[in-house]
Amino acid sequence: MDLNIVWFILITVLFTGFFILEGFDYGVGMMMLGRPKSERAQFVRAIGPVWDGNEVWMITAGGATFAAFPHVYATMFSTFYLALFLMLLALIMRGVAFELRGKFKSPDWINFWDFSIMFGSYVPALLWGVAVVNLLRGLPINYQMHYVGTFLDLLNPCALVGGIFFVFLFMFHGTNFLLLKIADKALLEDLQRKSFTLGLSTLFSYILFAAALTHDTDILAKIGTIIFLGLSLGSLIASFMGAKAGNGCKAFVASTLGIAFLTIGFFTALFPRLMVSSISPEWSLNIYNAASTPHTLTLMTIAAVIFVPIVLCYQAWTYKIFKARVTPSDVHYH
Amino acid sequence: MDALILSRLQFAITTVYHFLFVPVTLGLSIFVALLETWYISSNSYYERLKLKRLVKFFGTIFLINFAMGVVTGIVQEFHFGMNWSEYARFMGDIFGAPLALEALTAFFIESTFIGLWIFGWDKLSEKLHCLCIWIVAFGSNLSAFWILVANSFMQHPVGYEIQDGRAVMTSFFDLVTNHYVLGEYSHAFFAGITTGGFLVIVVSAWKIATDSVSREMFVRTLRRAVLYTFVGICGVMLSGHMHAQYLAEANPMKLASFEALWETEDPAPFAIVADINQEAGRNDFEIIIPKMFSFMVHNSFSGEVKGINDLQREAQEKYGSGYYIPNDVRGMFWSFRTMIGVGGLMMLIVLSMWFLSFVKRSHITEYVSCLKMMPLLLPLPFIANSVGWYIAEAGRQPWIVVGLQKTAVAVSPNLSANEVWLTLIGFTAIYLFLAVLAVFAAVMFIRRTKITAEE
Repeated sequence: MDLNIVWFILITVLFTGFFILEGFDYGVGMMMLGRPKSERAQFVRAIGPVWDGNEVWMITAGGATFAAFPHVYATMFSTFYLALFLMLLALIMRGVAFELRGKFKSPDWINFWDFSIMFGSYVPALLWGVAVVNLLRGLPINYQMHYVGTFLDLLNPCALVGGIFFVFLFMFHGTNFLLLKIADKALLEDLQRKSFTLGLSTLFSYILFAAALTHDTDILAKIGTIIFLGLSLGSLIASFMGAKAGNGCKAFVASTLGIAFLTIGFFTALFPRLMVSSISPEWSLNIYNAASTPHTLTLMTIAAVIFVPIVLCYQAWTYKIFKARVTPSDVHYH
Repeated sequence: MDALILSRLQFAITTVYHFLFVPVTLGLSIFVALLETWYISSNSYYERLKLKRLVKFFGTIFLINFAMGVVTGIVQEFHFGMNWSEYARFMGDIFGAPLALEALTAFFIESTFIGLWIFGWDKLSEKLHCLCIWIVAFGSNLSAFWILVANSFMQHPVGYEIQDGRAVMTSFFDLVTNHYVLGEYSHAFFAGITTGGFLVIVVSAWKIATDSVSREMFVRTLRRAVLYTFVGICGVMLSGHMHAQYLAEANPMKLASFEALWETEDPAPFAIVADINQEAGRNDFEIIIPKMFSFMVHNSFSGEVKGINDLQREAQEKYGSGYYIPNDVRGMFWSFRTMIGVGGLMMLIVLSMWFLSFVKRSHITEYVSCLKMMPLLLPLPFIANSVGWYIAEAGRQPWIVVGLQKTAVAVSPNLSANEVWLTLIGFTAIYLFLAVLAVFAAVMFIRRTKITAEE
């Protein structure tokens, strides 16, 4: 197996980790909408110790793309210029909010920052859905790997369906995470009911999303993609069943698997391409024409093989330290 | 204005803003780690109670700053692809590696262990908890190392060759051991110590003046911060001097530009003030110290220092016709003088605080009116950091990677001026807004928090 394929797999791993971990962070943030202050505080406390480490998965996925496939990094980030600007604004507000919301007791102050967390969770969830669909559909990329479309081209109906699907998926996943993290009985029961409706919405939007993708692309032509997307659908159904039965652990593990299979399915559909040109197949960016030199890829492989397992170890340890459920009295802590 | 100049402006604004927080993170993380080490090694019950509050107090200031640094840092990572796609293509094989290593080896540990530190007070043993903040401090400083490895390549490329129109890495070892890294990193590291330490001095002085119940503890932090900052300033001066000498061989154009030395001279004078006429390539008026510039570069009052106009001729021979002089010699010249002046002023302040907190310790309350004014001086290290980066980056122009790629061809070709206007205004507005809120939150926190032994 050549290094270009290794790096395709590593990028898949990083994005999978990112969607799983930030998926529930965004989900928890989105679930704060319309809830009283005390519940919002418990939600924030549930992801408080881990959200920052989770966000680094996105930063590392970006950095690794830059190192391994610089043309993909260049084309993708300049193509999604305004979308990424919007995402950055959202992530800035969200990140600062976690730190500042507890600094004053004033309800206005807390409401403002909680709103920032919600905004900072909906926007990236939606935009990643939009981005993923556009990557799968293909974008007007010319022979120089430059995007020649406009911002509005990114907002096609299929992409919007993808965005809505991601919002539901992450809300469902986030709720499943909360089922494992919240101690308060009444709140937990309420979340279980929400998980049921969100599971249904996720499955429904998944079908819409798959139909839209089938209409717009040929991704279902690959047997590997069908298998992974099938596994993903199966996992999400299992997650839904778990949520319905009140089994938070099963629901969360299954929605984690669902997101993992989904991400792997996307990358399988793209392989060996990373960005598809809708103008000419020859102008697509793939793991060879967009890659760094073997020297750099070798170096980065060594670094990844050493450091990714170490990161996984200490992040897993963090989750173990903070495995206790959050009680309403915990929130005065920070 | 076109997308190029707007992108440059956007990068400048967002980087300078980001670098208001970075030095505080670098320096204050170590200071808080030292404080916590002091706390866990203390045996007296009441002493421990106060020290723990002190750790949390400076820890909170650190965390507000840290959050601002983290979120503004993401913008910088995205920028290279969003606004500078042709740079990313040309340099990706080299620049991507330190950036990815920064994320893998530094961001992960910073971000994970900061969560453990914030929420782990009752869940971890004291020693383990203290270790967490040391790991955060290590991670922050390691991340600065990687990004300066990347920046140093742009200032002084090593360990590369040009293949098919892009720069590719031939030696990672050369990249990391680039002599330029040594100068940039040591200067930035000590600037971090200075900035973090100076912040603690200002906060402590202000608390001594305004909060009598907490006074005792803040006299103690003031003493420690004075020593800490003193080490920082000495380090900044030494590393700066060393780096400037190194610039004479690594990037003489930058050196000559911030000294506004137009013609090669031996011995070369140092201009204290100059009326710079960039169009004519000379200073219309200047006040000089004869031979001083030679002394700064060669440690001797003789020795040639190359001038801008000769370097421009050399560059034309090497790279073809073009204008290779940084287009803001005046700004660089005055930035350098501002940096040196502010550095000297900070040294005086630290020495006078040393006098107050060590020699006049028991009479320190007599100086309340003076200590109360200290917050007015807080901008000093931030000014020095910002103008320092201005010299480093403006002095790289017209190149984005010295000798290899010009800034003008590095910008993303698909961006329109309107798009960049929108993001430029957007980032600037949200940054200003957040600065107000973060400073407000920090000031109110500092004002209301008492450090006493009461339970």
